[in-house]
Amino acid sequence: MAIELHVNGSAHQVNAEPSTPLLYVLRNDLGLRGPRFGCGLGQCGACTVMVNGTAIRSCTMPVSQARGEITTLEGLSRNGKLDPLQQAWIDEQVPQCGYCQNGQIMTARAFLNRNPKPTDAQIRSAMEGILCRCMSYFRIQAAIKRAAGGTPSTARETAE
Amino acid sequence: MSPGISFPREIKDSLQKACAPTSRRDFLKGSGALVVTLAFNTVAVETALGAAAGVDGMQGPYVDPDFRQLDTWIVIHPDNTATFFVGKTDGGQGTGTAFRQMMSDELDIAYDKTTLVMGRTDTTPNQGGSGGSSAIERDGWPMRRAAAEARRVLLELAGKQLDCPVSELTAQNATIALSSDPAKSVTYAQLVGGKRFNVGLTGKNIDATTGVAQVKPIDKLRIVGKSPQRYDIPGKVDGSLSWAVDMKLPGMVHARNVRPPVAGAVLRNIDASSVSNMPGFVRVVSRGNYVAVVCEREEQAIRAAKQLKVDWQRPVTAPFPASDQLFDYMRHATPTSSDEPKIQGDTTAALAGASLVVESEYEVPFQGHSAIGPAHALADPSNGQMTIYSNDMKSYGLRNGVAQFLNMPRERVRVIYMDGPQVYGRTAADDAGFEAAFLAHELGRPVRLQWMRSEESGWDTKGPAYVFKLRGGLNTQGKLAALEYDACAVDHNHIGYNEPDTVLIAQLMGKRPKSPAKGSAETPSLQYGIPNRRMTTRIVGLPLTFETPLRTGNLRDPNGPQVTFAFESLIDELATAAKIDPVQFRLDLLADSHEDEAFRQARSIAVIRAAAKAYDWQSRPSPNKPSADEVMTGRGIAYTYRNRTIVAVIAEVEVNRQTGRVWAKRLVCAHDCGLVINPEGLRHTIECGMLHGLSRALWEEVRFDNEKITNVDWVSYPSLRHSDTPEAIDVVMVNGDPSPSRTDLAPYGAGEASHKPLIAAIANAIHDATGVRLHRAPFRKERVLAALKAANV
Repeated sequence: MAIELHVNGSAHQVNAEPSTPLLYVLRNDLGLRGPRFGCGLGQCGACTVMVNGTAIRSCTMPVSQARGEITTLEGLSRNGKLDPLQQAWIDEQVPQCGYCQNGQIMTARAFLNRNPKPTDAQIRSAMEGILCRCMSYFRIQAAIKRAAGGTPSTARETAE
Repeated sequence: MSPGISFPREIKDSLQKACAPTSRRDFLKGSGALVVTLAFNTVAVETALGAAAGVDGMQGPYVDPDFRQLDTWIVIHPDNTATFFVGKTDGGQGTGTAFRQMMSDELDIAYDKTTLVMGRTDTTPNQGGSGGSSAIERDGWPMRRAAAEARRVLLELAGKQLDCPVSELTAQNATIALSSDPAKSVTYAQLVGGKRFNVGLTGKNIDATTGVAQVKPIDKLRIVGKSPQRYDIPGKVDGSLSWAVDMKLPGMVHARNVRPPVAGAVLRNIDASSVSNMPGFVRVVSRGNYVAVVCEREEQAIRAAKQLKVDWQRPVTAPFPASDQLFDYMRHATPTSSDEPKIQGDTTAALAGASLVVESEYEVPFQGHSAIGPAHALADPSNGQMTIYSNDMKSYGLRNGVAQFLNMPRERVRVIYMDGPQVYGRTAADDAGFEAAFLAHELGRPVRLQWMRSEESGWDTKGPAYVFKLRGGLNTQGKLAALEYDACAVDHNHIGYNEPDTVLIAQLMGKRPKSPAKGSAETPSLQYGIPNRRMTTRIVGLPLTFETPLRTGNLRDPNGPQVTFAFESLIDELATAAKIDPVQFRLDLLADSHEDEAFRQARSIAVIRAAAKAYDWQSRPSPNKPSADEVMTGRGIAYTYRNRTIVAVIAEVEVNRQTGRVWAKRLVCAHDCGLVINPEGLRHTIECGMLHGLSRALWEEVRFDNEKITNVDWVSYPSLRHSDTPEAIDVVMVNGDPSPSRTDLAPYGAGEASHKPLIAAIANAIHDATGVRLHRAPFRKERVLAALKAANV
């Protein structure tokens, strides 16, 4: 059936079964690369997108329920300018493989929108459900602190 | 090839340049016989970009790039930039950036004027892809020598052009000038931009590839040792990079596998009518016990694979013991093989005469790769060829394996490497590549396949489980006089990379190698001076050898974390028994060391001292004074080496007496891998290697009943999370070489070393905090709590 989606500021008509997880429509019908399949169970967060500003797992949300403005990783930058979080991700050189980073960035964006000056404990708690199997957590947290205007506690290096 | 194909930006830029009208393609056309040796680039470029680049699509055969041709490695473009072609892959450790640094430095071109193409079997010379932390240590050398040779040739050409001896010329920023009159200059592009070098290289194999030129001494390197940011990261944070998982082709269909519900099940019947009326259904494909469903859309394939009715016959005998019985099973199983004992001195007599003997057993379960992105590949059978888009870290092996598996000439098969989820060894990316190729071959259409979470966690290869028994004897001076080490690993039929008779689909189809791989059970990386020692190893198998989800394969330093846990735990127990500070105990053991290679003795001492200094280690025996607080704090050290790289990790942990939870509050790593190419990139890899090790120390454990794996998602197979992250991570880069500023200092590997000592360091820190020694990894809170209660802590 025809479904209308609002994604990254544009309206799209797609033909899909209403129960189709939003993830596959975003990736395969709209050609977006940010959200990724990680578990299909809502457990890892690699598929995270924002719907009306709230981070959701697109692998378990039926496309028919995705009402409102959907923002994906591609939609974070405006007029060619990266979101401060994306810039912080580059400054902190966060990813190893990078497969999970969509979920890390989107979750962090939704979180910082609600809580622009979080404590370290709040960052850990907000990010707890987003897995990284390269274990880049330390830098993810540093990048969030950097974007929030704090001083990132990046690893100290001593030259011998 | 379709204009719909979208490649990673870097590759696309490079390939577009390489096939620009004034570039290689034209001179290839006009160069007669030389077309044969250089055709690979034309093939790669035209096939890759096709209509998008405005050239006619040119199909295979995909001739192997000739590593003995300089043009295979380096192209100078008319705009005075360069593209490097290397036969490697980068799983996210920044090796691609490091390759560019090394080659730019040798070539005398600015780093940001270069691009890199990696791991495409039709375009880049076969360096085997990635593995064994060899990217910089081994494979960087032919890259450096090729770039040095290109510089030499350019200088020669410039000498002719400027009519002066080469000795009077200086190369800098891709420009060669007269040293005495810099106004007289010529750019690399003016010399060879868009043209061939047409220079042969020598070397008995690709690792030995060399030209006439020597690589620069280290003190002349300007880009090596700096930390340019990784070029792949911007595209990974703004969604613009195209990964293997993103590849799409016109006419492509989606496939999902249907796995046997229990290990060793035999397919009796498939009821295709259970799915044939579903929307988008294309076909059920089965061969032997391999089953897949193909549909037009991805979600349709997922649904159909769930719904397909398949009748499986359970095996008569249990394929393996349940995980709760695994270690008992291993202790009593008849070994499938054992290595010659490694014996020095008279261990029996030394133990009999020891003033104190410590005996301990240690256990490590199977642990998984469990990639965050389940295995995937897209295979395109167009025009009688087979092109596989994959993140497999050994793209060349995948190409050869698929060609054999499908009985196709290898010239008709190619693998295009693209970024993907972590590749810390032999992941299921190998298996998915074969499956996609098989399905594409069957259907005659491009097939995209991705495993589901339960398949990835259930059926990927596992790091082998181990049981150890160690005895150490101290003499009256508190010195370690004797060591007895016995290791038993479940590693029979260890799966290699991309083998056409051991990949999962081959096993399920009933293909078998002539004999299962022997596997390995390892002894420790031993640098300590221990006069008497006897080390024995055994490998055991499980009842079911093939078609089992308990397949072992390489997982990031395949045996290192397990073996180091046992060995460095025992060393700590001995230090406690001797009432000697654990750092001092190790330094004393190294002082007694008589064996040396790559200055390991001196470098080991330097690394341990550097770690202790960075941590501000206060000398005292372990354990710490007992604390009555709810949270007990301790510190632990573990030291080891991986090939020529030396590493020591100090962990500071908090152990919660009420919950058993362990938090590694601080990690300190001292690391000596010789010459450092990119300090920031290295630091990041060291950090993440440690945290991956921490995940294995605290969480990871494959569980199974006696017919299937039972933890196949992230709730039942927990992994490290944000809340487990240390508060501080310190990395100290050590250069402990006796001549630290020597100009031929070599770089050693770094992808695995920092991962290796983590289980041991955490175990030793928990002991320091609590006085309780844990002999079984991982240290989950239930296990820790039980151990604390048993010890009345």
